[in-house]
Amino acid sequence: MIETCDQIFVLLLHWLESFLPASWQSVAGTVLCAATIVCLFPALFALAVWLERKGLGRMQNRFGPNRVGPFGLLQPIADGIKSLTKEDIVPFSADAALHFLAPVVLVVTVFMGFAVLPMGRNMVLVEMDAGLLFYFAMGASTELAVFMAGWSSRNKYSLLGAMRAIAQMISYEVVLLLSSVVVVMITGSLSLTKIVEAQNHYTWGFPHWYILTPWGLAGFVMYAIAATAETNRSPFDLPEGESELVAGYHTEYSGFKFALFFLGEYVAMFSISGLGTTLFLGGWSAPFSFLTWIPSWIWFFSKLMLSIFVFIWLRGTLPRLRQDQLMNFAWKFVLPMCLLNLFVAGLWRFMGDGWLRWVVCSAILLLAYASIALGEQRRKHVGPRSYRYAE
Amino acid sequence: MLGEGILKGLAETARNFFGSYFSAERLTTVEYPEQRIAPFEAARVFPFLVYDGADWQAGLRCVSCQICEKECPPKCIYIEKSKDKKPDALGKPQFYPARFEIDISVCMSCQICVEVCPFESIKMNTEFELSTSDRFGGLLLDREKLARSNQYYHQIHPTEAAAVDARLAADKARADAKAVSAAAAAVAKAASAAAATAGEGA
Repeated sequence: MIETCDQIFVLLLHWLESFLPASWQSVAGTVLCAATIVCLFPALFALAVWLERKGLGRMQNRFGPNRVGPFGLLQPIADGIKSLTKEDIVPFSADAALHFLAPVVLVVTVFMGFAVLPMGRNMVLVEMDAGLLFYFAMGASTELAVFMAGWSSRNKYSLLGAMRAIAQMISYEVVLLLSSVVVVMITGSLSLTKIVEAQNHYTWGFPHWYILTPWGLAGFVMYAIAATAETNRSPFDLPEGESELVAGYHTEYSGFKFALFFLGEYVAMFSISGLGTTLFLGGWSAPFSFLTWIPSWIWFFSKLMLSIFVFIWLRGTLPRLRQDQLMNFAWKFVLPMCLLNLFVAGLWRFMGDGWLRWVVCSAILLLAYASIALGEQRRKHVGPRSYRYAE
Repeated sequence: MLGEGILKGLAETARNFFGSYFSAERLTTVEYPEQRIAPFEAARVFPFLVYDGADWQAGLRCVSCQICEKECPPKCIYIEKSKDKKPDALGKPQFYPARFEIDISVCMSCQICVEVCPFESIKMNTEFELSTSDRFGGLLLDREKLARSNQYYHQIHPTEAAAVDARLAADKARADAKAVSAAAAAVAKAASAAAATAGEGA
């Protein structure tokens, strides 16, 4: 019974496939899975938008949407109808083909990332040995879509937003990759399924999740920072900084194309949270050994929604960074820590079992963090800001 | 320590998030069409004309002096003086406005008309739900739409209306006393005149 619940979607797929001739089965199964993903995540997007608006409202001591349907639950539908019925404006001097392609490319590449994410036991669309590599290749091509949008609009705000987005995404792509490499080093595989399997063991009821190790915690924190920057979420939402750039690279988009950008942003958030869950939070494995009877896909999606809540929480808390702060943070703080973390992960691997590696690895990371923090504090100029004007 | 401020901020927003479900003081939103807050006495929106008694046409305090029309900065008041005169509250024959119109699409709620009116006849209303589907006729208020009873004035601005009533009553008492003394003086004069004629006659 527990086994059936856990595998219910896999069994359902096999049952549906059994109606088709054998030669069609694998193709039809893949198409069906892809269609499910393409339907499921936009539905989750609607829910997340509602959650975000409600959550941000509560964080600012107000109600959030509460007019459309009970508790404003139908608000995403109203928004969807609105964006569908709005006029689709293409600027006169825009590059019409690129302008049309940009949101499509964005959404397609963002959805491609889900192909390799294991959403439950045996629930992965493509069993790929280099799954992580494929994911990062797809994640990096969203930058292309962003720049296509900014360039083709022929608008200074769009272009500035796109430039910022490129600078930011390339800087944090490095951090994102380096913070995930530690997981590959320890697991010895690029396959996301194997990474989850490696974490799905228990000692005294506690899981072997990578976040519960010193290098894993450090890696997860840096991964979370990079993921926030990659998805252009507050406090790293400079590319669409509405107070400076109207709306950044999607300034010239309206109607459904704008909705596609919005969708792409949220789906990217889901997929990057899903990857973070897979790499550090044990993917679909249960947090305690006595909870393993709960279906694996429930664990995966709970962890995903928890990450989304953290994203919303951060957005409600932190103000936007300045461009130089953003770059300094990436190259001068997170990147050195990432490189150190690689070393620490190697040390962890070769020190063997025992308490000594816990002490040594934690001490190295904490010392590095403290010394960088102290250095920052010493260099920080506290006092009234001085302005210099051209003479 | 680096990152401490972020944790403090996160704690603050979490406090707001959960606190807003439990504490009514945090959630100050008034859901307007269903819930309303009590109107403020000092609120002011657009002017209205005060009348005494039951009939607005007879009791309008305005004497059509046109000071407000001249003082109005955006020139939103239009007044047409009557040809005839009617006795006012003090019994003195006065002009009355044959037309009195305020274009509230122009009015900027500055209250200067109220401040310059010597007859306490134009005051600020607190009514704010004035939206209309007719942007010209619907926003041009004539005498009938502007007229509000003194009781209504008492209702919306109790303190101010009481002061105005006291002042008007004092004026009336002074006018009455003057009339009485004038009458007495006239009587005395007539008596003395009569006495003089009688004396001459004698």
